Amino acid sequence: MQKQRTVTFNHNPLLKRELPVWRSRFVLMVLLACFLALVGRALFLQGINNEFLQAKGEMRYARVLEVPATRGRITDRNGDMFAVSTPVRSVWAIPSDVNLEPGEARQLSKLLEMDVSELNAKLASGRDFAYLKRQLSPDVADQVAALKLAGIHQQQEYRRFYPGGEVTAHMLGFTSVEDRGQEGIELAYEAQLAGQPGSRRVIKDRRGQIVEDVESIRPPRDGEDVVLAMDGKLQYLAYSALREAMQKYRAKAGAVVVVDVRTGEVLALANAPTFNPNNRANLTGAQLRNRAFTDTFEPGSVMKPFIAGMALESGKFKATTKIDTSPGRLTIGTASIGDAHVHGVLSVAEVIQKSSNIGTVKMALQFSPEEMWRLFNQLGFGSQLDLGFPGEAAGRLRPAKSWRPIEQATMSYGHGISVSLIQVAHAYLAFARDGDLLPLSLTKLDEPKGSSKRIFSPEVAREVRAMLEMAAGPGGTAPQAQVPGYRVAGKTGTAYKLEGGQYVKKYISSFVGLAPASRPRLVVAVMIDEPNGAHYGGAVAAPVFARIVEGSLRALGVAPDAPITPLQLARKQGVEVPAVQESM
Amino acid sequence: MSENRFHPLRLLQALVRPIDPALLLILALLFGYAFILMSSASPERLDSQLTHMAVAVGVMWCAASLPSQRLLSLALPLYVLGVVLLVGVALFGEVSKGAQRWLDIGVTRIQPSELMKIAMPLMLAWFFQQREGRIGWREFVMAGILLAIPVGLIVKQPDLGTSLLVAAAGFYVIFFAGLSWKLIVPVAVVGIVGIGSIVAFGDALCQPDVEWVGMRDYQKHRVCTLLDPTQDPLGKGFHIIQSTIAIGSGGIAGKGWMDGTQTHLSFLPERHTDFIFAVLAEEFGLIGALVLLLIYLALFARGFTIAARAPTLGTRLLAGAVTMIFFTYAFVNMGMVSGILPVVGVPLPFISYGGTALVTLCLGIGILMSVQRSRLANKN
Repeated sequence: MQKQRTVTFNHNPLLKRELPVWRSRFVLMVLLACFLALVGRALFLQGINNEFLQAKGEMRYARVLEVPATRGRITDRNGDMFAVSTPVRSVWAIPSDVNLEPGEARQLSKLLEMDVSELNAKLASGRDFAYLKRQLSPDVADQVAALKLAGIHQQQEYRRFYPGGEVTAHMLGFTSVEDRGQEGIELAYEAQLAGQPGSRRVIKDRRGQIVEDVESIRPPRDGEDVVLAMDGKLQYLAYSALREAMQKYRAKAGAVVVVDVRTGEVLALANAPTFNPNNRANLTGAQLRNRAFTDTFEPGSVMKPFIAGMALESGKFKATTKIDTSPGRLTIGTASIGDAHVHGVLSVAEVIQKSSNIGTVKMALQFSPEEMWRLFNQLGFGSQLDLGFPGEAAGRLRPAKSWRPIEQATMSYGHGISVSLIQVAHAYLAFARDGDLLPLSLTKLDEPKGSSKRIFSPEVAREVRAMLEMAAGPGGTAPQAQVPGYRVAGKTGTAYKLEGGQYVKKYISSFVGLAPASRPRLVVAVMIDEPNGAHYGGAVAAPVFARIVEGSLRALGVAPDAPITPLQLARKQGVEVPAVQESM
Repeated sequence: MSENRFHPLRLLQALVRPIDPALLLILALLFGYAFILMSSASPERLDSQLTHMAVAVGVMWCAASLPSQRLLSLALPLYVLGVVLLVGVALFGEVSKGAQRWLDIGVTRIQPSELMKIAMPLMLAWFFQQREGRIGWREFVMAGILLAIPVGLIVKQPDLGTSLLVAAAGFYVIFFAGLSWKLIVPVAVVGIVGIGSIVAFGDALCQPDVEWVGMRDYQKHRVCTLLDPTQDPLGKGFHIIQSTIAIGSGGIAGKGWMDGTQTHLSFLPERHTDFIFAVLAEEFGLIGALVLLLIYLALFARGFTIAARAPTLGTRLLAGAVTMIFFTYAFVNMGMVSGILPVVGVPLPFISYGGTALVTLCLGIGILMSVQRSRLANKN
């Protein structure tokens, strides 16, 4: 080329002198330098930096998608569904990609059930990602998709639905919008229910559309179902009986626990106030509380039968042993305790039947604090039952060394100690199972789980049961616990509430009982917080017990063990039956 | 000749006569490459680009058929027309994407600045040929003024890329006409120092509150983006980042025709026009890019050969300038796509989609052919 450049084609001295040699060479050099730069750049990008840039490129189109796993279902012991996941979709947006015409914005906001201004506010946020609406039903989501709006996307999710609604709310708990357990069984059995989301590798183009489904990295593993010990029918019965009492006594709160004596399974558990887990928009803390598990209270007289059991077990007392409770007051140190009525001389059985504080204390003081503490501890008071339930309370049982005599005395009739309702129901299993105590279970069992503890001998347990039957019968504190066709046994409890370390004139009424008394099948514990109009456990809580037991035993097909008595019929017909007032 | 005018063989001969076989072969290679790339990057535009190619080849043939002196004599009218149209754009032009570049002439919209890319060197070549033998500093000042008028008008539109190309086209003619080194060296030094200082102090200069005298905001952004594309990866740096990724992920051998992921998943912007080189580099790799560079080198070699052998000063300047324009297009485009030059709207010559640029470029090929033929004619 340079040779060609030197061809002279005119006689211009200027051109002759400068152009052929210097200019052409210079131009050629510049040209070659430029091209070498291009080649060098190409080598750098494609030869040296190649892998890095390839990876960068892959980042732009290869995505790993999460494939949600379906959460396990929760059923009752009969297989009825109480928590199921239904597919829903969430609508989200890349705000910078969205460019809505006013008409489109109106359509979209109508489908999403929000104002246009609210929609615009969500889209105006400077983020790269914004949820517009979560958990939309599939048909509405399809309508949104049909609008074909740029920058508006959807994702598959699941929404938990609870067919039992308020009835099973506290038992089941609920899940968060991310499908994680937040309360109740949903939280306690999260690991089992949750399953494991799978993932897929896909190729997406710049608009986020999936172009190619490359491979499945991991298939989703659906969550396992949980079969509860709960029986749907009994649960409903317990819930409605509790609700009725709540309304009748305009009470602040209440709870009911029903336990199967044969296995320790919790057949029903209801709390009031409750909530609708399918619509948790205006939820308050009070509604949310699973009081049977999380609230502790001073149990009062329901503790007395344990002292009687301990007394009989030691051999120091018999059911017929006489205890003088007159003159209705007993002074220990500087404090004194009293009974509601002066009963005079009572047998041990009558102490329980009439619920005499003085009689109970006189039995309790025959034992050392350590002996009493050991009994309470074995019954499960002062420690969690370890059912895995969130927020389960341990209650308060102080170490025996710190007990003063007056404290030991009050603790024998259930003051100065705090327990949860589920703990009480559990402890009463010892009477129902002839002295044998089983751990409770929230899930269905084929046979009792764990080892049982022997608390009382069978004879003692039966004797205490007979006393409890007297307490629930005529001349006892809770004749209103009577159920036609079945013999029942149980104990009332009425305790002042502690507020700020002081006892105030507010009550917690309770009743714990078992039925049928001849061959117990159920333990039912009822607690009503701050009833109005009446406050004795026999008046407030015992009728709840009766309603639940009557319906439950029939539902379970338990054979009646008693003829229907006039007293029961009288109560059925609304005649007031006088009850012995219990001591507080 | 007269007795056998309608003989088919004669007709074919008449058709073929203006054509330079070497240039035609190179053009065919480039069009073939363009066809392959367009089928991958934007198959829906293939038909219309084939039409553009046919029109462009027609224009090329027309230019090639004209004797080169005749071409030079068209310089003044073309130049005047171009300047008038540019003034028209400034007064009545359509505003599109923030710039006033288009003129609606009823039938279609034209971009007069495109015409200037050929009219400018033609005009200057004609001018120097008129003054042949008495070229002194007065002539260079005149040439400078002739160059400055259209370039100034295009800068005002504003269209930095085209004004640079037109200025370059004119400058090549002036340079080949023998502009003194005493003038070239200072300008080059100022340029190098200027660019060097921008690179060195880029961070400070690119602060949003710093204003660059004589430059529009978007021009400043383009330079700053080149210095550090990652500063604004979603905005102004997006083009460069995406194209370097596409080029780099091609590797040595490329991902294969139709298999360029960045291209086909629409990550690469402007993939059928200015950024088609990235499609090539991704799908055919380093080898494909080098092949294209070799074809371009063959084109430049042929162009300079024609220029060197041109019979007159005017044709010589014209051929040299046209070849340099080809080079400028190719280098600026590939440099921009691979990230060593700022983003200016310059297509990859003969490959990118678009009719106007293709017609202009083929007009240039036609001019080269015409110059080549006039040499043969002189010889004979």
